[in-house]
Amino acid sequence: MTRGRNGSAAPHLDLDAVAHDPATRIVVCCGSGGVGKTTTAAAIGLRAAEAGRTVVVLTIDPARRLAQSMGLTQLDNTPREVPGVDPAKGGELHAMMLDMKRTFDEIVSAHSTPERAEQIFANPFYQSLSSSFSGTQEYMAMEKLSQLRALDEWDLIVVDTPPSRSALDFLDAPKRLGRFLDGRMLRLLLAPARTGGRAYFKVVSASFGLFTRVLTKIIGTDVLRDLSAFVGALETMFGGFRERAQATYELLKTPGTAFVVVAAPEPAALREASYFVDRLSAESMPLAGMVLNRMRSSGAPKLSAGRAEVAADALDEAGTHELTAAVLRVHAARARLAAGDRRMRDRFTSAHPEVPIAEVPALSTDVHDLDGLRRIGTALAG
Amino acid sequence: MSTRPWSEARLHVVTGKGGTGKTTVAAALALALAAGGRRTLVVEVEGRQGLAQLFDTPPLPYEERRIASASGGGEVSALAVDVEEALLEYLAMFYNLRSAGRALRRMGAVDFATTIAPGMRDVLLTGKVKEAVTRTRQGHRVYDAVILDAPPTGRITRFLNVTAEVAGLARVGPIKTQSDGVMAVLRSPQTAVHVVTLLEEMPVQETVDAVSELRAAHLPLGSVIVNMTRPPLLPEPALAPAAAGRVDRTELRAGLAAAGLDAKLAPTLAAEAVEHAERWQVEDDNRDTLAALGLPTIELPFLPGPVDLGGLYELAELLRPAEEAA
Repeated sequence: MTRGRNGSAAPHLDLDAVAHDPATRIVVCCGSGGVGKTTTAAAIGLRAAEAGRTVVVLTIDPARRLAQSMGLTQLDNTPREVPGVDPAKGGELHAMMLDMKRTFDEIVSAHSTPERAEQIFANPFYQSLSSSFSGTQEYMAMEKLSQLRALDEWDLIVVDTPPSRSALDFLDAPKRLGRFLDGRMLRLLLAPARTGGRAYFKVVSASFGLFTRVLTKIIGTDVLRDLSAFVGALETMFGGFRERAQATYELLKTPGTAFVVVAAPEPAALREASYFVDRLSAESMPLAGMVLNRMRSSGAPKLSAGRAEVAADALDEAGTHELTAAVLRVHAARARLAAGDRRMRDRFTSAHPEVPIAEVPALSTDVHDLDGLRRIGTALAG
Repeated sequence: MSTRPWSEARLHVVTGKGGTGKTTVAAALALALAAGGRRTLVVEVEGRQGLAQLFDTPPLPYEERRIASASGGGEVSALAVDVEEALLEYLAMFYNLRSAGRALRRMGAVDFATTIAPGMRDVLLTGKVKEAVTRTRQGHRVYDAVILDAPPTGRITRFLNVTAEVAGLARVGPIKTQSDGVMAVLRSPQTAVHVVTLLEEMPVQETVDAVSELRAAHLPLGSVIVNMTRPPLLPEPALAPAAAGRVDRTELRAGLAAAGLDAKLAPTLAAEAVEHAERWQVEDDNRDTLAALGLPTIELPFLPGPVDLGGLYELAELLRPAEEAA
């Protein structure tokens, strides 16, 4: 690894070395929302495919035009080949969009009888849990990842994590959902469903009586009945949820996995990246490095913002060369933004000097075609 | 600025894509509406403590406290709503169950109840906001306006459309009654939903989507607030040609020489000017897309560096209702 690119003290991250290595089987792109995770994941996948690997990119919530450019027109959980990828080296790129509810439905179907599955699907609590519980998306992304890995049809799986507020959610939410579906509260609620009717009053603890009483007051008897029915129907699947979440978590710790933290030169995004890096290291999870998107740069670094402004002022005062003065102000503004971005990056590096960084320059428009992804891929290879 | 159609509103809901600065705009709006001796409350519901950071105060407890003053004795208070606390308060207020509530919390039941039914979570949060909007003391409103730093555009309609959300879970009963009461306020002219955006592709697309979803749900829209705008630095006549890649390089070389700079920089600086103009063009196209929404639009300037209290007052000045602006 080389040091000192664009004045950076951080080691340089060469993503080709990561994604083209046959030993790398999973690349997970993490980061807070809005930093370009999906685009980064797609660019890594495309570049690895054009280098000859058979790749699948699992995206969660791609921007419409990027999805279209990858031929992703429907959310149907099926990997489809992306058209327009250069096949010269024998690689292929597939992409799929996660359908969280369908993934959940599949788990339910796989672990219960058809009648019981129908009961579960029809329950309003299942509908609410499977489509809007804050951890469901993360859990299902993990689930899909382990399914794809088990199929073993791809050399490389690139995962784009859900657009959560915090990058840590991807690691924590599946456990939370697993714990929740598996937890004490559900067991308590299960009691009436198991014993049926009034008999359960005899067997439950005083605290559960209180719980039911309060819950009945807040949500009403009808709702409580639905809830008990839901919990009863899910009973057969207890344990399964937590075990599956744990198994995927272990998969992420294996050497075939590489985490890539995606960030932009903004305080909030870098703060998240920083938490995530610490967390990965605490969990001994393999971090490849950080992709720093949207780095602004000055075209003429030798002409400082200050000098450009002084020159512009002088031209304005003389009342000549209005255009040149304006162009110098454009340069000055840009040079200041670029300096700010470098400062943000360097602050991160002083806290995490060991984390390699790949910088992607800011583009004036969003990426929505394969050529745009190739340009990003080139920047990632450095 | 002309009189705004939402000047009647007392509940201002501020949403926007992540990163557009909706918390900043909500805080500035709270300051703006407190001018002239009024009292406003700004509420956050996502547990991020964004308001505390912005006003440079310690983390906000679940308790209304004064955080800034405005002209003419105006006051801004802030509140960070915590779902668990809101549920306990709800139990205490309606069922006299405060100690039972504490016991439930120890069991993890509160977490459980708000997790299993996300709709319930939203009813509790919006219910607390509604309570602040309608609260009176000695026959007077406690707050002239309440400003809600709401969830982002992707979730805002579901968040506000509480009745629809709990409909599947509770067809009758206390939750249903509570959500109907909240909905009555949210759908009334007392409420205005403002969408904060930047002049970039994704935030503009999300704004367009959110506006059509909010309209379909019959939620009253306020304005589109375009945050962090920058004026073009190139003179007007040079912009369109530059966006098409044309910058007068001969003039640029002459100008650089006149300023005592290296004329060889001309092509590099011209390329920077072209990019600047391209960006401006994209922004202008996005402006047109937003204008087509037919909502009042307010542009706020980009403030260099992290936003501080001084910056908030500056933005507040631009958000003040017309009849009171100096």
